[in-house]
Amino acid sequence: MAQKTVAGVNLEVTDDGYLADPSQWTEEIAKEIAKEENIELNDKHFEVITFIRENADSGLTIRKVGKSGIVDIKGFYDLFPGGPLKMSTKIAGIQKPTSCV
Amino acid sequence: MAEKKDTQVKKVAMICAKGTIEDVYATLVMANGAVMEGMEAKVFFTFFGLDAITKKYMNKLHTGTVGNPAMRMPGGLPFPTILGAIPGVEAGVSAMMRSQMEKLDIPPVDEFLDMITAGGGEIYACKLAVDMFKLKKEDLSDHVIDIITIGDFYAMAGGEGSQVIFT
Repeated sequence: MAQKTVAGVNLEVTDDGYLADPSQWTEEIAKEIAKEENIELNDKHFEVITFIRENADSGLTIRKVGKSGIVDIKGFYDLFPGGPLKMSTKIAGIQKPTSCV
Repeated sequence: MAEKKDTQVKKVAMICAKGTIEDVYATLVMANGAVMEGMEAKVFFTFFGLDAITKKYMNKLHTGTVGNPAMRMPGGLPFPTILGAIPGVEAGVSAMMRSQMEKLDIPPVDEFLDMITAGGGEIYACKLAVDMFKLKKEDLSDHVIDIITIGDFYAMAGGEGSQVIFT
């Protein structure tokens, strides 16, 4: 675990950069983490992030996000290029997903 | 001492030559896992692996119930080969395997191909095997980009951090 200051808040993060405590998450923090991944968050991103935060404990998969009615899988890849599930969960401030699909 | 230097895998070129559930899913899970991690993935289906991209068979793949020493009954008792030879047993066991996978959110083959290609993965069919099985382009999934030779496939498999995987 490491300490990191994001959006003026001192946070504990894992070695991969995931928040240790999801309850510390704010939209400002999301924007900062996204910036590090070269993503400028828009409303669509936040819709997906909200879905991800609400379903954080249900074993998230790309397939589930694709069936959320918010984006299809192609759209999910377009929003978070280069690893949508990995990146969106990091930005959403939840644990790194352990799913293979 | 020389410093250890890891090169990241950036691209996988996969060859799937078998058509059982487990062989095909091994390929699909690895290909999908690659695009999920932001890597490039190209998959070449050949010989019996072609079943995985043949519209008629892709969602009806079977597992071998004969001569498979790792096959067990629910509960862990060995599964006698002679049982596996009874008509209908292979279909039943295969259907059970497919439903178990669905519970883990592992999609049917056609949907898995949708997922892989949505992430930028590329699907190819082997020309030699397509000719041998007398298949046509229209028999194959719409996700198949082209029917190519293994030479063509190798030609696109190169680059720094790329790996060829045979399943």
